[in-house]
Amino acid sequence: MAIVLKRKPLNFLEKLYLPQIVAGLSTTFKRMLAPKETMEYPEERPPIPKGYRGVPTLVKDPEGREKCVSCQLCEFVCPPKAIRIIPGEIQDEEHANVEKAPKEFDIDMLRCIYCGMCEEVCPEEAIWLQNQYSMSGYSREEMVNNKEKLYELGGTLPDQHFKWKKKKEAEEAGNAH
Amino acid sequence: MNELLIKITFALIVVVVLMTLCAYSVLAERKVSSWIQGRVGPNRTTLPLIGSIPVIGPMLTRLGIFQPAADGLKFLFKEDVIPGHVNKFYYVLAPIISLVPALTTVTVVPFGHFIDTATGDAIPLVLADINVGILFLFAVSSLGVYSIVLAGWAANSKYPFLGGIRASAQMISYELAMGLSVLPVFMWVNKPGMEGTLSLYDVVLAQEGLWFAMWMPVSALIFLVSIFAETNRLPFDMAEAETELVGGFHTEYSSFKFGLFFVGEYAHMVIGGAVMTLLFLGGWHPLPFLPWEITGIWGAVVSVLTFLGKSLFFMFLFIWVRWTLPRFRYDQVMRLGWQFMLPLSIANLIAYAIIIYFLDT
Repeated sequence: MAIVLKRKPLNFLEKLYLPQIVAGLSTTFKRMLAPKETMEYPEERPPIPKGYRGVPTLVKDPEGREKCVSCQLCEFVCPPKAIRIIPGEIQDEEHANVEKAPKEFDIDMLRCIYCGMCEEVCPEEAIWLQNQYSMSGYSREEMVNNKEKLYELGGTLPDQHFKWKKKKEAEEAGNAH
Repeated sequence: MNELLIKITFALIVVVVLMTLCAYSVLAERKVSSWIQGRVGPNRTTLPLIGSIPVIGPMLTRLGIFQPAADGLKFLFKEDVIPGHVNKFYYVLAPIISLVPALTTVTVVPFGHFIDTATGDAIPLVLADINVGILFLFAVSSLGVYSIVLAGWAANSKYPFLGGIRASAQMISYELAMGLSVLPVFMWVNKPGMEGTLSLYDVVLAQEGLWFAMWMPVSALIFLVSIFAETNRLPFDMAEAETELVGGFHTEYSSFKFGLFFVGEYAHMVIGGAVMTLLFLGGWHPLPFLPWEITGIWGAVVSVLTFLGKSLFFMFLFIWVRWTLPRFRYDQVMRLGWQFMLPLSIANLIAYAIIIYFLDT
């Protein structure tokens, strides 16, 4: 059954329309004095939630060792093939037991789709999608992040395991594995 | 010769002030609309020298004080496109006709009062204190409708055409109510036995005690609404109606010609607010029942500032209403104009004719 809504007939003041205009004006005036909603972007930035998938970066551990061992898992898993790694030998004595580190590590940000699979697959927790979200450049070359840029963006993250350090100590104590 | 020079300087000052007011009204429009919508508004444009003064420079930049310069330059340097399908002569003529009446009407608008300390003579600060002031003002300002009609027609395209038709119908209908609503004011100013006058200066002098808005509120209201309709402001912006008609009558205009329309529109608003102030809000009298006593140059300054303040309040009101009320439908505009405003103004006229008759006898 159809519902018939009975509307009250308008009284004289309502027909006059003027009190409504005044009410509307006072509302807009209040809005005018209210705090502004705008976030003035380059100066103010939105809070980034935890676990945000921003630009992929390479990180170092608190001792300053680059964590990537250039296993190339991220290169293989990367769906748009944005990552390209050339593995190289480790030069310095202290971390010689790690054996390998990337000689070159490029992430093409024009290809990257921010899926985070590289972060997920990395056995060394060396690649992280952090909270940097705006990449811009004037040329295609500029949009390829090389190794230096990736470490600069990534910085240092806390480490809970110090896997390679422990391995080395264990080996020195005579019980490898 | 000397007098001519003074007149020319005076006229130049007035035009410069009016144009500055127009430019800053555009800024005010952008600022106030953004505040009402919870935004910040233009706050980045800066000038090299003034902008780098500590404290003051960034403050002015945040207020957008330098924005009008950027807006104006943008209009100047954009490509001026004249579409192939327009009637060139009228197409170019329309923006000029939009600005010229607005600048012409300012000649009869008195904006202050100078009382000579020595002799006690009162001199109105006005470019031309002609005796037919209000008639001249109505006559010239209604020429502005030609610019819209011409622009709509000469552009030879459907949206400007619709905008032009709507605007002309609307402006003609509201002009009647507007004319009738000011008649009680002039009936009171032209008391029997006095020399007849239609000068706006004399209207202000007659408001030393009560302002006309206080005992003729209906007249003031009708006049205000008609000003809204005449200047094509929301809720009566039939001529532009950007959600329906792209840009209305100025759809086909670009660059400086569009800028002329823009400035003309704001000049009309400034003049409208000024006339409203003069006719109903006591002109340069700061408060009702406060006779003007300050003489000399300071008195003149105070009077001009008071008058400007009141006029600027109306500019603010125009903007404020724009962001409060939705646009009327075309038939609603016509119904309001012909079925409510016109009969109301006639009834108002008759009522005040009777009241004034009894007051005068």
